[in-house]
Amino acid sequence: MSDFILFDEEFHQIKDVIGRLKADAQAKVVFIVDKNGQQIAAHGDMESLDTTSLASLTAGNVAATDGLARLIGEKEFPVLFHEGERDNVYISIVGQRVILVVIFDERSSLGLVRLRVRKANSELERVFETIQRKVESEKTRRQEGYDSPFAEITDEDIDSLFRE
Amino acid sequence: MTFINYAAREINCKIVYYGPGLCGKTTNLQYIYDRTNPAAKGKLISLATETDRTLFFDFLPLDLGTVRGFKTRFHLYTVPGQVFYDASRKLILKGVDGVVFVADSQEARMDANVESLMNLEKNLVDHGFDLQAIPYVLQLNKRDLPTAVSAEELYRQLNFKGEPTFEATAPTGQGVFDTLKAVAKQVLMELRKK
Repeated sequence: MSDFILFDEEFHQIKDVIGRLKADAQAKVVFIVDKNGQQIAAHGDMESLDTTSLASLTAGNVAATDGLARLIGEKEFPVLFHEGERDNVYISIVGQRVILVVIFDERSSLGLVRLRVRKANSELERVFETIQRKVESEKTRRQEGYDSPFAEITDEDIDSLFRE
Repeated sequence: MTFINYAAREINCKIVYYGPGLCGKTTNLQYIYDRTNPAAKGKLISLATETDRTLFFDFLPLDLGTVRGFKTRFHLYTVPGQVFYDASRKLILKGVDGVVFVADSQEARMDANVESLMNLEKNLVDHGFDLQAIPYVLQLNKRDLPTAVSAEELYRQLNFKGEPTFEATAPTGQGVFDTLKAVAKQVLMELRKK
């Protein structure tokens, strides 16, 4: 399985899209997670949020729901919505690859969020397609003899991580 | 599947602790959590039943430090060990970079160890991974129990490919960090090849 590599250019494009989405959907927080639970980007008031845990639990939630979908003969459930007393979470899958999460309260509405997410989703899909292409071409370059920036990692580098 | 973030200069890797029910996977994570500097760890999340059996997974994010200018972050997961949670176990292996198999040293758990190891191999194949090729460490846990089988016998029955093997007593921490270090090292070594 190929690794997921995020380059500066696409990172900023993703940040732009989710920044706009946060404003347009009047959301509190918008973030993007890959399906393995790694956070890719986030925008909004994150100080009170443990985004690492959020990312992992969101991915677990989506994985469990995907499993459920397949059991009943569906490919996936592309949208999940959790409604709370104050805050709500709207989760949607982008291009079957990554997960877009929008947290919003009474200042917004499900209808507005759904509408804005649909637009952002197609923009994000394009960005992730570009990333996929770049990762593929990077892989080819390396096969042709270009070194990975990690080719130089030494045993000493690794041992130093574990020194007390 | 390692996630390399050039924008944030971070490498994110996923390590899964696998093994039969009650072998001590959660206890491994709990010990690592208790003994890690607060700045280097996130919250330990346990999705468990009311009787503290893992229902879906435990999750612990760790920052190990910097390698070649990249922050290395390891996400440690456990799977639910009980046989009937296989669907959940399989989900957690998605995108894994390294696996620790925690074996229960007690004689009565030998069959459960072997069954769980076979289950690991099969679930990895379903995700397109090969246990022969993936970074992998064997931990022989519960060495302190009087019913523990000899380490040699366990090694003979459970060692899959000559992987690094550690004797452990997870509640006291014996072997816990050695295990983590060995699997993290293999995962980072894999990065060199990419």
